[in-house]
This record gives sequence, C-alpha cells and structure tokens, in this order.
Amino acid sequence: MFDLSGFIDLPLIWYVLIATAVFLYVLLDGFDLGVGILFPFAPSDKCRDRMMSSIAPFWDGNETWLVLGGGGLFAAFPLAYSLLMPAFYMPIILMLLGLIFRGVSFEFRFKAEGRSRRIWDYCFHFGSLVATFSQGVVLGAFVQGIKVSGRTYAGGSFDWLNAFSIMTGIALVTGYALIGATWLIMKTEDVTQEWARKCAGYLFGYVALFMGLVSLCMPLMDDRIRELWWTLPNFMYLQFFPLSCVVMFFILWRDLHRGNEYRPFLLTLGIFLMNYLGLGISTWPWLVPYEVTFRLAAAAPESQSLLIVGTAVLLPLVLAYTAYCYYVFRGKSSHETSY
Amino acid sequence: MLENLDPILLARLQFAFTVSFHILFPAFTIGLASWLAVVEWRWLKTGNPVYMEVYRMWVKIFAVAFGMGVVSGIVLSYQFGTNWSAFSDKVGNVLGPLLGYEVLTAFFLEASFLGIMLFGWNRVSPKMHFAATIIVAVGTLISAFWILSANSWMQTPAGYRVGEDGLFYPTSWIEVIFNPSFPYRFVHMVIAAYLTTAFVVAGVGGYYLLRQRFVKHARVMFGMAMIMAVFVSPLQLLVGDLHGLNTFKHQPAKVAAMEGLWETQRGAPLKLFGWPDQEGEETRFSIELPKMSSLILTHELDGEVKGLKEWPRDERPPVAIVFWSFRIMVGLGMLMILTGVMAAVLYWRKRLFDTPWFQRWCMALTPAGFIAILAGWIVTEVGRQPYIVYNALRTAEAASPVAGTQVGLSLLAFIVVYGVVFGAGCYYIYRLIHKGPDIASSEDAYGDHGVDHPQIVTDLVTESGGDRV
Ligand code: HDD
Ligand code: HEM
Ligand code: HEM
Repeated sequence: MFDLSGFIDLPLIWYVLIATAVFLYVLLDGFDLGVGILFPFAPSDKCRDRMMSSIAPFWDGNETWLVLGGGGLFAAFPLAYSLLMPAFYMPIILMLLGLIFRGVSFEFRFKAEGRSRRIWDYCFHFGSLVATFSQGVVLGAFVQGIKVSGRTYAGGSFDWLNAFSIMTGIALVTGYALIGATWLIMKTEDVTQEWARKCAGYLFGYVALFMGLVSLCMPLMDDRIRELWWTLPNFMYLQFFPLSCVVMFFILWRDLHRGNEYRPFLLTLGIFLMNYLGLGISTWPWLVPYEVTFRLAAAAPESQSLLIVGTAVLLPLVLAYTAYCYYVFRGKSSHETSY
Repeated sequence: MLENLDPILLARLQFAFTVSFHILFPAFTIGLASWLAVVEWRWLKTGNPVYMEVYRMWVKIFAVAFGMGVVSGIVLSYQFGTNWSAFSDKVGNVLGPLLGYEVLTAFFLEASFLGIMLFGWNRVSPKMHFAATIIVAVGTLISAFWILSANSWMQTPAGYRVGEDGLFYPTSWIEVIFNPSFPYRFVHMVIAAYLTTAFVVAGVGGYYLLRQRFVKHARVMFGMAMIMAVFVSPLQLLVGDLHGLNTFKHQPAKVAAMEGLWETQRGAPLKLFGWPDQEGEETRFSIELPKMSSLILTHELDGEVKGLKEWPRDERPPVAIVFWSFRIMVGLGMLMILTGVMAAVLYWRKRLFDTPWFQRWCMALTPAGFIAILAGWIVTEVGRQPYIVYNALRTAEAASPVAGTQVGLSLLAFIVVYGVVFGAGCYYIYRLIHKGPDIASSEDAYGDHGVDHPQIVTDLVTESGGDRV
C-alpha cells in the first residue's frame, strides 16, 4: 500500500496545511464577512451596491476554504474532527445558518426590488454577523480546551459558552470588520472609500483593545501558556509577535490618516497573521487542546499519503487560478460598473 | 419534549432533510451547467443572438440555484462531524481523502470560475468566458464523481480492513474509489441530473410556446430538451436496469425490498403495485406479472430471487418506503420515455412546436426529475438500512454523543430556515422565468447583478444622500 510516512513527517505537514487553510479562510472570508458586518451602516444604497459588487465574484471561492478546513480536518485528522464538532455543536450550527442567509443574499438581493431588497440587505448583515460571532466563540472555546474520554467528546452541550468565548466572538466581529473596511478602502473610491476609512479608524481602536485583552487573558487562564510566554528566555524571542503587531498597528494608523489605499489591507492581514501564529504557538502541539496532539489525531499514514500527493499538485493550482480570478476583477469596483 | 426523542432518529431525520434539500440543487446545476456550455458553444459557432439571450436568462437562474447548492452543501460537510462523529472517527481514514479530493479538484474550480461566468463578460474574451462555463460544468461533474464514490463505498464497501481498534483502514485505493456500485451510480446520477434539467427547460419552453411569448427562444429550449428526452431517457432505463442487477449482486436485501418479495422463490413475479406489510411479512393486494422479476434480475424465467425472510427481522430495511419510492422513480422514468416517444412522433409530423396539449404535458412534467431523484435516493439510502456502511457498520453505532435536544432544535431551525430561504429562492427563479429572456437582452449581461447601470462619479449627490437600510 502506498505510504510516504517513511520519507516525510506527514502529521506535521498536514497540521501546517490545515492551519494554513483555516488562516486563508480567515483572511479571505474575513473581508467579505467584514463587508457584511459594515453593510447597513454605509451612507447610501449606491455605496451598498458597490460594496456588494466588490465581493460578489469572490465570496464563493473564499468560503470554499472553510470547506477545505473542515474537509481537510476530516481527512487528515478524523479523530480531532469527531471530537471538536460535537463539542461546538451549537455555535457551528449557528454559523452554518448565518452562512446560509448571507450566501443566498448575494443572489436574492440582485433580484429583489424595493422592500424585499431591504430584507436581504438585513439577512446579509445579520448572517455575516452571526457567522463571525460564532466563529469567534468557537475559537475562544477551542483555546480553553474540551473534555474527552477515550475517543469521544465527554463534555456538555454548553461547555463552549463562557465570558471568554463571548469576548473572542465580539473580538472577531471587530477584526473581520476591520479587514472588510480596509478591503473597501482598496476596492472603492469617493464616498464609499472615505466612509470605509472612517470605519477603519474606529475599528482600529477596538481591534487593538481586544487583541491586547486576549493576549493577556490566555496566559492568565492557562498555566502552560503562561509558562510558555512569560518565562525567560522564551519571553525574549516571543516578543517578536507582539512587537511586530505594535509596529504594524502604528503604520496602519498613519496610513489611515494619510490616504494610503493598499497598505492598510496588507497591514491588517499582517496583524492577523501575527495573532494567528501566536495562537498556534500557544496551542502547539495540541489539535484538541489539551487532550489530543496532532500526532495522535492523525489519520492512517496511507490516508494522509494519498491526499498529500494530490494536495502538492492541486493546491498550487488552486492558488494560481484564485489569483487569476482576483486579477480578472482587479481595480476599483466602482469602475467595474461604468462601462 | 425533545429530550425524550431518540438522538439517533433525530440525527437521521436531520440528515435526510438537509441532504434531500441539497440534492435538488446539484441535480439542477449539474445539468444546467453542461447545457449552458452547449448553448454558449452554439452562440460562438453561429453568432445567433437568440442563443446568447437564452444563455443570459438561464445563467441567472443557474446563479440562484448554485448559491443555494453551495450553502446547503456546506451544512452537509459539517454534519458528518456534528451528527455522525463516531462515523467520522471510524471511516475517516477511508472516506476523508475522497471528500478532500472533492474540495481540491471540484469545489475550488466551480467556485472560482463561477465568478467569471457570472460577472466576467466584459473583462475576459468570449473564448475565455466559454472556457469558464466549461470549467464550471466539468467541476460539477468532478464533484459528483467524488461524492458518489464516497456514497457508493458506503453501499458496497471494498478495499478496506477493520483494525483491532475498530477503525476502518484502506488497503487499496483503486478498490475504494472504484467500488462495485460506483460506476453504475455515477452514470445513473449524471443522467438523472441531465434529465431533470431537460424537463425543467422543456416545461419553461412549453410555457412560452403555449403563451406565444419569446417564441424563438422557446423553440431553442424546447427543441434541445426534447432531444434529451428522446435519446437519454431510454438510456436511463438501461443504466437503471444494470444498476439494479449490480445491487442484486451486492445488496440482495435491498432488491427484495424494492420488489416487495418476502419468500425466496424461483420464477418470482414482478409486483406492479401492492401494500408491503412489515409486521405480517407479506405484500398485500399485489398486482403481479408472473416470472418477470426473475427474468429481469437473473435473465432466466426460473432464476432464484431471495426474499426478505432470508434476513433476520432486525436486518431488513423498511420495506414499504423502498417499495413505493422505487415505483415512483421508475414510473416517472417511463413517463419521460413516453414524452420522448411523443416528441419524436410530433417532430416527424412537423407539429413539435405547435401542439398545445403536448406543451401542457411538458409543463406538468417540470418537477418530474426532482421527484424521481429524491425517490431514487430514498430507495438507495433507506434500502441499505440498518447499516450506514453496508454489512460493516450500523447506523446506530455511527451517531455523535450529543443530546437529543441539540439535534432536535437544530433540525427545527433547519426546517424553518430552509423553508424561508429556499422558498424565496424558488420564488425568484419563478420570477426570472416569468420575465423571460427579452429583458435579459435589453439590459447588460448580468443586469440583475446590479453592476450594469453606469454609476459614474456624477451621482455623488445622491450617493451621500440616499436613505439608510
Ligand atoms: C451528485 C452530486 C452531488 C451529491 C450527491 C452531493 N453533492 Fe454537494 N454539491 C454538488 C454535487 C453533489 C455540486 C454540483 O458540486 C454543488 C451543487 C451546487 C454547487 O455549488 O456545487 C455542491 C455543493 C456542495 C458544497 C459547497 C461547495 C462550495 O463551497 O462551492 C459542499 C460543502 C457539498 N456540496 C457537500 C456535500 C456533501 C457532504 C454531500 C453528501 C452528503 C453532498 N454534497 C452531496
Ligand atoms: C444527495 C443525495 C442523497 C439523498 C437524497 C440522501 C438521502 C438520505 C436519506 C433519506 C437518509 C436517511 C435514511 C434513513 O435513515 O432511513 C440518508 C442517510 C444518510 N446518507 Fe444519504 N442521501 C444522499 C447522498 C448521500 C451521500 C453522497 C452520502 C455520503 C457520502 C450520504 C451519506 C448518508 C449518511 C451518513 C446518512 C446517515 C445515516 C442514515 O441515516 O442512514 N448520503 N440519506
Ligand atoms: C427508468 C427506469 C429506472 C430504473 C430501472 C432505475 C433503477 C434504479 C435502481 C435499481 C436504483 C437503486 C440502486 C441502488 O440503490 O443500489 C436507482 C437509484 C436511483 N435512481 Fe433510478 N432508475 C430509473 C429511472 C430513474 C430516473 C428517471 C431518475 C431521475 C431522473 C432516477 C434517479 C435515481 C437516483 C438519483 C438514484 C439514487 C442514486 C443511485 O443509487 O444511483 N432513476 N435507480
């Protein structure tokens, strides 16, 4: 039987791949969920049309990274998949319901008129909001760990619900809204862009606040994380993450005031990356914190081998044509409407 | 109240509900994508604007159906974990890679090029646009390939072993992917999707012809759909027959349920209708054709067909559901073949496009494909009970350790949300059909996507003053 485990560290590679898929999801769907969160606050219907058309060609592809994250987890770490999903049952169902509403709103909104259009505007907004909040809650519950006995989830229906996970839920809403706002700065002009810039200015503060809070709470909640981050010499090395965040926040703040169009988006992505890496370091090597490591959760080597071959060929291809699609729809979305 | 309900039953109901909803949309989009590719090819080839207008009308309907297919599909892929976590843990080694390949080879392809297909008209060349349409169409077929391979493996598992830990391990990927029922199921399903689309298109074309609206466009739709009905519906009978023979070999209990046959028999009759009685172990009031069942299944008048009594009671599928669903599917298949025959006769008499009763007939058959597909899946899925992986894993052992309340509440939520959202979707599709193709041509290609009207900077005033949502 075909097996590569003698040559490469399959579980590690898969861990990195899944983490990358989830991160790409956060970035890509992050901006279109963020646009949804900001949607009803836009100054006019025209603005909203532009916001919509700036993301309409991309949202489906973006959401596919979520399918890859879930499907990849199922394929490469079935044990983790079968422990985490029942543990986060309710927030995941809520997320799915949110995604249903916002997903169909794209098509329905374009087809509806007058009053019913409003309804879909709101569905788009609340769907995005609920989906984002649920994802944040799952994240917060994830880092706090779940109860496991043998190969099954052993906790209750509401273990995921507590103050910390609610906070991470709200934090993610502000985070996605910031990516959404900087995306709009990049993809729109005039009134919409000015408004997005203002939004980004407000959100900036909240995001910085929440990131600080989370970074403070995590070590306080868990001894292992405290030891990891707050002892020498780790402390010195790991300062790279918070410091680079501070630098990027500073540049972002200046850019927002000086009218730079592309950099704010890239900087926001950079800030998300640093936080994500920080989370990864904190939860390493747990895939189901603090019960099952990614090695224990790994699928049989022959299963991981089969998929890695395909992934090695297909993932670059997917990235290439995704890039092509972004290239086709490059430029300001308001220009798009003026031929 | 909900806590008294069996979580496994609720999980089954939830899965049955969400997957049945989902399949309606893929069934339509798989067929529609291929058909749109053909229409666009005709347009590029002939330059006849009618084809383009037909394309533009249907691509909008496609977009709505596709969107609903995507969101209902994402629900399913997470449901394996939320409701069937023991199943995911046990068979993840075997099925995981297949679903992983589906995402990598199909979903990204469809999702990315859909953007170009819908919004790319003036941004890419017509050739590139045509390429995008073809890529989306191929993507839907690749997607069907993997998911049906996974499903077929659950029906006729092969190329695996069960370890001491109770987990399933693959021993041969070729045998897993090309398991015994897969080729039949794949071909049967793809043809089913094509027929479903053909009958929707025929119904719409017939409606326009009857009302004498958009006649040029309607002739294209109606004509192309009838070609499918004439040539492809008999093919489905043939493929279905082969599929049944294959099932007879691998899942004889399912076939016994489809036939409503209790006693093992030589020269078994074909029951056209009847009332299977699970408790009494007989099929009442049946109308039978003598020896036909043996003839179809064994190709001998006196071949032996196993009856349900060969299996202990707790290994028999619910017979009545399987029995009736099978008859609904085959019955609709026969009506489709009949439609093809009538179309051929009318064409030969040069009356294909102006026979009102035939147009009404086609309008009535618009939902036929959807109903047949649901019925077919019910035969397949209920027929394999009580196993989730046939003869290897029982459905009852596959469920998640979650409370019945959670499953019940989420089931209710899905019913309500799907009812509202998909009701609206069907309404918008209906409206697009009612509007018809002319409107499409007077506007821009993706007029309804709100990106057609020039919104140049001159409208700055209204832009800041418009009202709020
Ligand atoms: C015969 C075909 C077929 C069958 C049996 C299924 N699907 Fe499906 N699915 C498709 C054919 C398809 C498709 C044609 O590829 C869709 C329909 C509309 C679309 O966007 O792609 C799709 C969409 C779709 C998506 C969204 C893809 C995206 O983000 O673009 C997911 C996650 C699933 N499906 C998952 C499932 C699961 C878990 C199923 C089984 C339980 C399932 N599908 C049955
Ligand atoms: C898309 C068309 C499909 C339809 C309409 C369909 C329908 C159903 C129905 C009605 C049931 C409930 C049977 C019962 O409990 O008595 C069921 C169960 C199930 N099916 Fe399917 N199915 C489809 C495709 C698939 C595919 C492609 C897969 C997997 C790859 C799958 C996996 C399952 C699972 C895991 C269950 C739950 C166990 C069970 O209740 O038997 N189904 N399906
Ligand atoms: C005309 C005669 C037909 C015959 C003899 C036939 C035969 C069959 C059989 C035996 C099965 C069950 C296979 C199994 O579970 O192992 C099946 C399933 C199915 N049928 Fe048909 N069928 C016919 C027409 C149709 C039509 C017209 C459609 C839809 C347009 C359709 C759609 C399906 C689907 C979706 C399934 C479930 C998936 C599968 O197992 O392939 N069938 N069919």
